[in-house]
Amino acid sequence: MAKTASIPGTKTLPLMGDQAVAEAMRQIDPDVVAAYPITPQTEIVMTFAQFAADGKVDTEMIPVESEHSAMSACVGSAAAGARTMTATSANGLALMWEIVYIAASTRLPIVMPVVNRALSGPINIHCDHSDTMGARNSGWLQVYSENAQEAYENTILGMRIAEHKDILLPIMVCQDGFITSHAVEGVEIFPDEAVKKFVGEYKPVMPTLLNVDKPVTYGPLDLQDFYFEHKRQQSEAIKNSLAIIPEVIDEFNKTFNRKHDLVEEYKLDDADVAILVLSSTAGTTKVVVDELREKGLKVGLLKPCFFRPFPKDRIVSALSKVKAIAVLDRAEAFSGCGGPLYEEVKSVMYDAKVRPHLINYIFGLGGRDIFKEDIANVYKDLLDIAKTGKVKDQLNFIGVR
Amino acid sequence: MFEVRWHGRGGQGAKTASQFLAEAALEADKYIQAFPEYGPERAGAPIRTYTRIDDAPINVHSPVTNPEAVVVIDHTLLASIDVTEGLGEDGILVVNTADDPKIIRERLNFKKGTVATVDATKISLDTLGIPMPNMPMLGALAKVKPIVPMDSLIERIKHKFLKKIGEEKTNANIEGIKRAYEEIVVG
Repeated sequence: MAKTASIPGTKTLPLMGDQAVAEAMRQIDPDVVAAYPITPQTEIVMTFAQFAADGKVDTEMIPVESEHSAMSACVGSAAAGARTMTATSANGLALMWEIVYIAASTRLPIVMPVVNRALSGPINIHCDHSDTMGARNSGWLQVYSENAQEAYENTILGMRIAEHKDILLPIMVCQDGFITSHAVEGVEIFPDEAVKKFVGEYKPVMPTLLNVDKPVTYGPLDLQDFYFEHKRQQSEAIKNSLAIIPEVIDEFNKTFNRKHDLVEEYKLDDADVAILVLSSTAGTTKVVVDELREKGLKVGLLKPCFFRPFPKDRIVSALSKVKAIAVLDRAEAFSGCGGPLYEEVKSVMYDAKVRPHLINYIFGLGGRDIFKEDIANVYKDLLDIAKTGKVKDQLNFIGVR
Repeated sequence: MFEVRWHGRGGQGAKTASQFLAEAALEADKYIQAFPEYGPERAGAPIRTYTRIDDAPINVHSPVTNPEAVVVIDHTLLASIDVTEGLGEDGILVVNTADDPKIIRERLNFKKGTVATVDATKISLDTLGIPMPNMPMLGALAKVKPIVPMDSLIERIKHKFLKKIGEEKTNANIEGIKRAYEEIVVG
């Protein structure tokens, strides 16, 4: 996201990514937060719990005994008509699993910041995307953040998207564990009033559990007669969200003078080759693109901001311009064919008029560092492929012994 | 872009120092990044932290490999860790020790750039009454690399500490930073 001048009243504070998300939550002031602390999400819950204890929010804070209970409490509160948030990481998300699907299929607009961390085992607390990539078929929307600023803004944006009357789906707002969650950066915090005005007062679209005038049941038995229709509706909702999200983004951009989008193209217009990567590594890749461009190499970057819904048309049109693409995955899908991002990009690129070469690199599992040199080597491979038309290995690994 | 790596032991405030420098730089309208290298977290274990400061937005999100400066908060780390790793020809090494820079140079066989020493532990004992050398090391760094002016450091201390620890201790911290700035020996 390009840097633009901020609206009056915006303050730049030194904050970790986790604290930035907690600031967004304070400004949103949700009715209910039910959460359980887990590294590296802990500082979100800790900071927000302090806001609640200090009376800076009116939120009902529910300190639950596990993540399964956290998501269960969120489902209950959202169905009751309360604006609801939680936050988690890795094994916490895994423990929620059963209820994660229920939240989406019940069409409850819960906002959940997820601080990406490797799933056990072996046990590891550092960044990769195995947690949220595992949840890619759960029916939740997913937005990935490059830095603390984006994590903050995506939390605010996510609230409006989830609650949009024609979307009504929960959303995971992802950022990279430790890399951005625990790095202090200057974060521009919008004025409280501007954020409150943007998210507005929550008026549930569907009848709620606490509406005694119109009693309803949530989550009843749904067998051969209607389950399929409900799944079809979910499918439509995700598909339709792809058209509606840009409208909400547009409103966000106008309100806060920003340039959010479904995907971010970086120096891609005249590029011969491109890397496609999510979150913080997209930032490091931008630096490499700048350095290689100075040497006259035509390289570019495509950063999907949204992974759910999958911005198919935008990805196809952006990548159709180049000769060779490397998809960098911070997760393994264990299909034997590459990571989850690669599989989906490759799948949609089948529809491209001219199909560029497409290769996959798995990197950064369990927090393994990725350096500028690693990314420069990927571009070198891509330029070779663009020149010779020969792909040695489709599936590659960066920085593994 | 200015990049500095901090070496300390868990509990000595290396993380606080790296963040503090970034916060002071932010107050001087710079772009910043400060982050520790998270390993097993326990008191006394060697830790590294990093600070990046620039006039342009900082997009890179990987550890610092070629710092312009290295600050060693605990000199006992010199025996077990290659603190000069990645330092270039103009590299700056600042060590908390009572020894002369020449002795440190010989010990590390480091012939390049700048080596500076200051007894920050003694300074913190004199000013605060406890061995907490991280704040004085900020004053020492400011002398050899004035990336953040002393005024900004002092303003940030007042902003951050005054409410939390009171005027007396805040002034003791400022005194510590000023003394390290004065007493640092460059060789």
